[in-house]
Order: sequence, then structure tokens, then C-alpha cells
Amino acid sequence: MKNTAILTEPLARNNPVILQVLGICSALAVTSKLPTALTMGIALTAVAACSNLIISLIRNHIPSSVRIIVQMTVISSLVIVVDQILKAYAFAISKELSVFVGLIITNCIIMGRAEAFAMQNPPLPSLLDGLGNGLGYSLILLTVAAVRELFGAGTLFGYVLLPTVNDGGWYVPNGLLLLPPSAFFLIGLIIWAVRQKYPQQCEAPEFRIKPAHRIEE
Amino acid sequence: MNSPEPRAANPVRAFFALPNDSRTKTLGITLLVCLCCSVLVAWAAVALKPAQQRNQALEFQRNIVEVAGLLQDGSSVEAALSRIEAQLIELETGAVSTAFDQTQYNIEAAAKDPKRTTPLAPADDPALIRLRPRFMPVYFVRSADGQSVQAVILPVYGAGLWSRMYGFLALEKDWDTVRGLKFYQQGETPGLGGEIDNPKWRALWQGKQVHDADGQPAIRLVKGHVEASAPGAAHQIDGLSGATLTGRGVEHLINYWLGPLGYGPLLQRLRQQQAQG
Repeated sequence: MKNTAILTEPLARNNPVILQVLGICSALAVTSKLPTALTMGIALTAVAACSNLIISLIRNHIPSSVRIIVQMTVISSLVIVVDQILKAYAFAISKELSVFVGLIITNCIIMGRAEAFAMQNPPLPSLLDGLGNGLGYSLILLTVAAVRELFGAGTLFGYVLLPTVNDGGWYVPNGLLLLPPSAFFLIGLIIWAVRQKYPQQCEAPEFRIKPAHRIEE
Repeated sequence: MNSPEPRAANPVRAFFALPNDSRTKTLGITLLVCLCCSVLVAWAAVALKPAQQRNQALEFQRNIVEVAGLLQDGSSVEAALSRIEAQLIELETGAVSTAFDQTQYNIEAAAKDPKRTTPLAPADDPALIRLRPRFMPVYFVRSADGQSVQAVILPVYGAGLWSRMYGFLALEKDWDTVRGLKFYQQGETPGLGGEIDNPKWRALWQGKQVHDADGQPAIRLVKGHVEASAPGAAHQIDGLSGATLTGRGVEHLINYWLGPLGYGPLLQRLRQQQAQG
């Protein structure tokens, strides 16, 4: 695969969130507003790219019996560094993200790319793969957050676009969009839209329901 | 391992030439990875600490001016801070103390320091404070022209359901009417006890009277909605549904801090000063 393809494939055709359905937990939690979603996207992209690069650099010397632990050590150190940087330079947002930055450690996308890609590929493609998957995740997060913030609170990045009734405007906000389940509905809709465009993403049904009685024709 | 050729004399190269699954290499690689990672993490923690502490101090100051209601007219934190005057109070007497620097006083550290606390008897300690601090910083809010004192902000803390809750209680200059309440640090259940951060609930506190007719602390959190006409409504706040224990903690800590072991002597001194004009 060419390097540009490695970078762009995970954006839509092979997106980690909508095709592999990974990293859903944080996608529900941090997408009620765009600033938190953007910060989370940047943090995860940085960790995914760096962890893929580092693991790819040392891949030929990682003993297979402890490879998951070695990957985990690298990933969690990077996450702690990112968390410390956010606390130092983006304090307000780091308070809102609270535990979710720390939970990047358990985000399946990072672990999955380290194990599936970086362990077998040279550093540059691994770096691009981490970047691409991080950006694919960020893209979904930002799409969901934009819808939730615009129709749930009438704002984008805090700028009022639809003045809400509570503040003397005309827009009655949809409160459901501020609650985590709405992200499920939105991600479901995105998955449906993308699979309409790329039908090869649709999985074959795992089983068919057998008719309980003969239908007279 | 058995590597007889002379080129393997370089021990580093010999180590990396070992098969990945050999015990020496497994242990060595694990140790190396751990060492590099711990250096990275330690560097980040140490190098970024000053910036993080600056953020925390700023957050603390922002909470003070917010609970004083100074940000409502859109003024900046810095401008609002110029109207805040910190004083260190010796709680026993209510007098101003100069034993420590009042602007840098760390409440959390002082609360654990045996030299600056006295143990509390369980009967006197409904808010589970355990060690009674001898000194507390308080913050007086001056009017925009700096002439008169408008309000006082009292730091308070006590046990909730899961965590120790730290907050500020702002009283008007009658030293009885609540101007604002804000918890700046708590670990209560999000959505239940965590609703003590909800601005709508915090707004319920405004205008409540903390003392009853006898001058005793009288704040109560009651089940359901407090009707303004009900007897004692001036001392009652709607309880938070699903957060009975957190609410009880808030009630206990407010009444403790306004009582004789908390800011009682200070408030009495302020009342006397006001009566003398």
C-alpha cells in the first residue's frame, strides 16, 4: 500500500470508529461540545502516531511473550505525558475531559494499530497509519460534536448560531443531543450513510431467522 | 549465550543479537522500555509542574471572584481580584493573624498539619473534619471604589458521600445573608451528588439566611421544594434528589463552619464592629 493511501484509508473507507466500531466509549463521552472533541481528537492522534512510531522502531527486538505489555507501557507513558501537557497548557479543557484523557490508554484504536500494523511495518508507514487512524477517529468525533453542539446548545465552538429560548432567542434546543445516547444515534446514522456509499462494508448476516410456519402462497 | 566469534565482544551488540525469546533479552528489553518510559514520564511531571501549579492558583482565584458574584457584569478575573482582600483569621478568637502569608495560604496542607490543627471530638465534628484548623484565610470583597466592605468569602470543607468537598461560602455584609456558594473540588457521584455544582441549585442559596433568631447556624436541606411562604424557608434549601448523603454533608459542613468552632467568633467580631459603626 502506498504511503498516502495508508494515511487516507482510515478517514472514510476503513475508519476505525465506523467500520471497526472501536473507541466508541470516548466518542459518546466527549462529543457534547466541539472544543472537548477537538482536544480529544488531537490527543488521541498524537498518542496513536507516536506509539506506532516507537513500537515500529523497536518491533524487531520486542520479545513476543511480553509484546502486549511492552506496547502498553509505551502507550500509557505517552498518555501520561499528553495528560500532563494538557493540565499545564489547556487547564480548563483538561478539567472537562477529566478521566477520558487517561482512558486513551485503553482506547482499542491505539492498541489495535500497534499490534496489527506497527509490529509488522517500518517506522514511516507506521507513523502514517497512526496519524490516519487518529484523524479518522477525530473526524467522526468532530462530526458528532458539531451536530450535538449546534442542535443541543445552539452554538459551535461556543459561538451562538441559534439563540436559544432560555437566552431570549427563538431556538428550542434538543436536550437529548446533550446526553451521551444521542452520540449512539448519530454514529449509527453515519455508519448507515457510509455503508450506502461503500456497500462492500456491509457484513453478511450471521444467521437467517427461520420461518416458524409455512407461508401459504 | 554461546557466541564464540570475537566480534560479539561488544556486549550491547551481543545483547541485541540474542533471539527475541531468550530469557535474558526478554528481561533486558522489558527493563530498558520501563527505564526509558519512566524517564519520559518523570520529565513531563517535573518540567510541567510550575505551569500546572500556576493554573491551579488561577483556578482558585477565579472561584473566589465567581462566588462573590463579581464576574456577572463581564469584568475580568484580574480586575475583580483587585477588589478582593485576603486576611488570615485565627479561628479561636476571630482576630486577624499575621502568622502566615494570607495570600499563599494552602488550606488543604494546613488541614493536615498537626502544628496548625487541634483534634476534634467526634461529637463536635458532624462534617468529619477531624482536625480543626487554627487559621483560615478569608476574603473580603470591597466595593468598586474600595471604600466599603460588601461581602466576605469563607472557605469551607467537609465530608460528602465519597470525598471531602472544598468550597466557598460568600456572605453579604449583614454577615447572615448568603451571596453565593461554590464547591471548587469534590468527588461526588456525577449526576447525583455532583449536582452541587449545578448553577441552578447553587442559585437557590442566594438570599438565604444562615442564622436563626438566636444567632445559631440553621441551614437545612429539605426533601422536595421549599415554598417561600413556609415557616423557616429562609434557612431551607431544596435537597438534591438521589443525593441525600451528599446533601447532609453540605448541611453539616455549612453549619459547622458558621458555628463556634468555625467562623462564629469572626462573624461575631464583624457584627460588633458594624454595630459600633
